[in-house]
Amino acid sequence: MTAIKEVVNRFGKEEALLLQVILAVQDADPQNHLSEEAVNEISREMNISRSRVYSTASFYSEISLKPRGMHIIRICTNAPCENANKASILAAIKQELGIKIGQTTTDGLFSLESVNCLGACYMSPAIKIDDAVYGDLTPEAAVAIIRNLRKEYQNEQNA
Amino acid sequence: MNKMLDDDQIFNISPGRHVDLDHHCQNGGYSALAKALAQGPETSLKEISDAGLRGRGGAAFPTAEKIKMLRANTEKLRYIICNADEGEPGTFKDRFIMTHIPFQLLEGITIAAFMAGASEGYIYVRHEYPEAQKILRESIEEAERRGFLGENILGSGFSLSLKLFSGAGSYLCGEETALISSIEGKKGRPRLKPPYPTQAGLWQKPTLINNVETLANIPKIIEKSASWYRSFGTPDSPGTKLISLSGDVQNRGLFEVPFGITFAEIISEYGGGAKTGKAIKAVNIGGASGVLIPPEMLFTPLEYLACSKTGITIGSGAIFVLDDTRSILSNVQNRLRFFLHESCGKCTPCREGLRQANLILDRLLAGEAVRQDVSTLERYTRAIQEASFCGLGQAAGNSLRSSLAYYRDEYLASCRDNKPSFIEEETA
Ligand SMILES: Cc1cc2nc3c(=O)[nH]c(=O)nc-3n(C[C@H](O)[C@H](O)[C@H](O)COP(=O)(O)O)c2cc1C
Ligand code: SF4
Ligand code: FES
Repeated sequence: MTAIKEVVNRFGKEEALLLQVILAVQDADPQNHLSEEAVNEISREMNISRSRVYSTASFYSEISLKPRGMHIIRICTNAPCENANKASILAAIKQELGIKIGQTTTDGLFSLESVNCLGACYMSPAIKIDDAVYGDLTPEAAVAIIRNLRKEYQNEQNA
Repeated sequence: MNKMLDDDQIFNISPGRHVDLDHHCQNGGYSALAKALAQGPETSLKEISDAGLRGRGGAAFPTAEKIKMLRANTEKLRYIICNADEGEPGTFKDRFIMTHIPFQLLEGITIAAFMAGASEGYIYVRHEYPEAQKILRESIEEAERRGFLGENILGSGFSLSLKLFSGAGSYLCGEETALISSIEGKKGRPRLKPPYPTQAGLWQKPTLINNVETLANIPKIIEKSASWYRSFGTPDSPGTKLISLSGDVQNRGLFEVPFGITFAEIISEYGGGAKTGKAIKAVNIGGASGVLIPPEMLFTPLEYLACSKTGITIGSGAIFVLDDTRSILSNVQNRLRFFLHESCGKCTPCREGLRQANLILDRLLAGEAVRQDVSTLERYTRAIQEASFCGLGQAAGNSLRSSLAYYRDEYLASCRDNKPSFIEEETA
């Protein structure tokens, strides 16, 4: 059984579960995205037209139709973070990764995105990497977190 | 966390302390549910009505009135939705409730469902809060295992099936009708009201939608009575409010304050005042959808009536302080860009109005605008606020409107043609 069929079976085929299925399929994807094949298969399995699946998927900013990196770095752009010197954090991350917002590093390890308020404004500037939120950041701390993740990945490759 | 109210407060959230189910029960938790089930929906609803609880999601609608509308409906299948989308920039109170006192929230949802006669429900949590989703998923399962949720709750014959539903990154989905569309598997675009969700909501069935903080108030009111609840706050606005305080203050964080306290007191007593050596220039109340007010207005009490008289929108209860090193124009532009990004594009005043307003802000910040642009911006702001289809567009103009009213000089000072000899006001 394919992974997608499994997800659909786990959630159910009701229309109401479409968004939850899309999110679970994206979560299971190594490139953190919803591929064309995945859209086709969800449409077949749930008996919902492809255009409906696309229309739902494209509306939400946490769903990506383009392949993304293994780790997604999201930088908060709202006023409390912006005033807390978000710009210097963003500059440091961009420099460390050599990419802009919306891009993925060539090694496929990181994508950089912007995000709305993470509910961490009491420790702004804040960023989120995958599921973890980091607050009270300095540019150095942000770079250190990224380097750690890279090192972890390299260790796994060598192990 | 809180100096003024101690054991008696309604939320008792302290950083790093997660109240698990046993803990919740030891603190009197789930005694309210038992009491509500025993005394019946009408008596419980009267308590909520007497307490004067109003919605904490932004619009401050009386909670008991909303529940009564559901009860008046003859349809048997009714839904309850807990709105945990918390997208308002600067707001983090609902996240704290979900991660610190999840069972108080679940108990509130269950009592509200019982009063409304709802048998199925969803908690709609934004995707950006994976930790809150995980805690709630586990808490729902545990409550079911212990008989506080699911079939035949506490042997009363009342059943509630509650599921967690994840959003996927859309601020607009916090709007109740957009949220319903999203659960139905569609794009999260708002619908025309009426019919209101209480009449025709999820799958066209009567639906009660309440904010996390609203629902988490309910167990305390049932457990300790409406008159106990009214011992906090003011006659117009009883109870307490969770305040998300951020920006240029000494202490940022979540504080539970009684209604009636002034904004100045919140900022000085809880926030410790402005950063050393700085003065407060402006305070944003109610998140990106809220207003920007000057320090003179901080003596307004946190109270629905008093605030509506002075044009302050309490909204989600976010307070964001700007000191005298900050630019009003770039803060307003930050909000404009947020709304521009989140606008669903369905209607022209919101989609195009915000775009044009943003272009004028670009020119103002680049020093290329003329005074005529400021009056054009004022006209656009009115159009955006008055002609937008949903609350997103209507509220998007709040910080523009208030900043144009209180910080007009800063707008004019940025204009290329602002010569001291033409200080006379341009009118729209
Ligand atoms: C654009 C927009 C976003 C909203 N976002 C939220 C939200 O994140 N959480 C929330 O509880 N209410 C939000 N609301 C308000 C809801 O539509 C609704 O009024 C609320 O959930 C009702 O609950 P209450 O009566 O308990 O306040 C939003 C409204 C608008 C117009
Ligand atoms: S006001 Fe904005 S968000 Fe609301 S319906 Fe119109 S375009 Fe969409
Ligand atoms: S504004 Fe960045 S976390 Fe809230």
